[in-house]
Amino acid sequence: MAEAPIPNHQPEIRRARRKANLVGWLFISPIVVGVVAFQFFPILVSIGASLTDWNGISAPKFVGLRNFTELFGNDPLFIQTFKNTIYFTLASIPLTIGIGLVLALLCARPIRGVAFFRTAYFAPYVTNVVAIGFVWFWFFQPDNGVVNGLLDQVGIPGPQWLSSSTWAMPAVIMVSVWQGIGYPMIILLAGLQGLPAEYFESAKIDGAGAFQRLRFITLPLLTPHFLFLLITQFITSFQVFGLIYVMTKGGPGHATSVYIFNIYQNAFGFGKVGYASAMAWILFAVIAAVTFLQWKFQKRWVFYS
Amino acid sequence: MRLVSKTSQYVVMSLFAVIFLAPLVWMVSASLRPEAKVLSVPPQFLPTDAQWDNYRQVFELIPVFLWNSVKLAGLNVVGILIVASMAGYAFARLRFAGRDAAFMVLLATSIIPGIAYLIPQYIVFRQIGWVDTQYPLWVPKVLTPVFATFLMRQSFLTIPQELEDAGKIDGASTFGIYWRIMLPQTKPALAAIGVFTFLESWNDLFGPLIYINSENLQTLPVALAQFQGEYFTQISLLMCGATVSVVPVIVVFLFAQRYFIQGITMTGMKG
Repeated sequence: MAEAPIPNHQPEIRRARRKANLVGWLFISPIVVGVVAFQFFPILVSIGASLTDWNGISAPKFVGLRNFTELFGNDPLFIQTFKNTIYFTLASIPLTIGIGLVLALLCARPIRGVAFFRTAYFAPYVTNVVAIGFVWFWFFQPDNGVVNGLLDQVGIPGPQWLSSSTWAMPAVIMVSVWQGIGYPMIILLAGLQGLPAEYFESAKIDGAGAFQRLRFITLPLLTPHFLFLLITQFITSFQVFGLIYVMTKGGPGHATSVYIFNIYQNAFGFGKVGYASAMAWILFAVIAAVTFLQWKFQKRWVFYS
Repeated sequence: MRLVSKTSQYVVMSLFAVIFLAPLVWMVSASLRPEAKVLSVPPQFLPTDAQWDNYRQVFELIPVFLWNSVKLAGLNVVGILIVASMAGYAFARLRFAGRDAAFMVLLATSIIPGIAYLIPQYIVFRQIGWVDTQYPLWVPKVLTPVFATFLMRQSFLTIPQELEDAGKIDGASTFGIYWRIMLPQTKPALAAIGVFTFLESWNDLFGPLIYINSENLQTLPVALAQFQGEYFTQISLLMCGATVSVVPVIVVFLFAQRYFIQGITMTGMKG
């Protein structure tokens, strides 16, 4: 639209365009200023900081890649929190998505009272982690907690849970799954409600049973939703913090110390800002790589109708 | 033939409902029990002889925390709705140089994990004296609602052009068209973002944890975690506090569930 051949109108057009540009940028100026000041600028600082020895107060000292070599070569706690995070992630993703699918299938059927059940399953998702962490902290008390009380009634001696380095992580994972299930449930429920009815009718006519319809129609049609959930659940579980902070503070020992908790302690507890920034960028690299791989390998299993 | 009969479906659904609700029911009932009976063996889920005095004691402690939570949630909701709707409107309906590039850059920032910029942010805020104030808990959030802007843009894109044209013919300014004609058309999106923002602000742990040291500035959920040994020495009182911290969220959720679920599915899966 640049070469409009009407010379005597050009100044007006130019003025109108300049005004439109000004108005547009005025509308987006709050968010542009905000993102530049509170995200771009700190991101640049963070990249720089990851290459320094810095406590956030005195002048940073450039150390090149030493933070990174230190983390991978000489920091067993970093390696352990990394492993703990992978444990947490690998256990919680299939559980949340799997049980979320079961609940979505249950809620997809239009029966009386379904809204109550859907709300009940979703309630923990909107509840704050402090309240949830407290309740489950007391539930998991070995001697007089609810969980071992119930196990005791069916004759199973319960473990020490949060004070056991073996059982603390499973306990935290259970609570996290319990709290987080509402999200995949809602996503999959929306997916189920959007499936074309014709497929199911023709399958019925062909004599497909309920299980076959689930296996060969419903699940393949939901694969785009599963991909979306795998990507988002990976990103959120790899950054779990709140429940761990409230329930175990990373303990016993470092049994439940996870990635973000480790960053939190280094940055805000020990003042190791450069070191913590390096960890943040390794986290970014891991998330970016896994997301990329999930996206790339979707052709193998995701079905687009 | 269905995979399961209706009756067995109700049984399964009720079992799940118990699993998801029992801990919340226990929290409320523990808040009403005498301290000695909070952790009884075998476990009790329903309160007997309710100790309403527990709540009286807790309400001597928590009004300031409750007010901080309400105030911050309000600032975040109003601020984010204004900033995100203005930007969403501009990205959807206005033509100006650099618009699409600016939108892409905003979206691109959302792939960086928050922790990467939270650390330098903290150092900058400490430098300008914002640590132990409530500014870090709303100013940076209100000015960076990338996700909400994306949602608002989607919503503004669906409004028919004729409405906007009618406003232009009447001689309304761009701001007038946005504020009086277009914004009222996006109520569902505004509601969804409002509910999301409320919950996020109310339930935030990380921000108040790293920024607030003074007790009179702390939010309710984080005050419970931070001052549990100091003020909330009894489990029953802690559970009162936890219950009070959950009730506003459950109420908002019950009233606005539709918008909340709409918001999740809107952001989650498009087509």
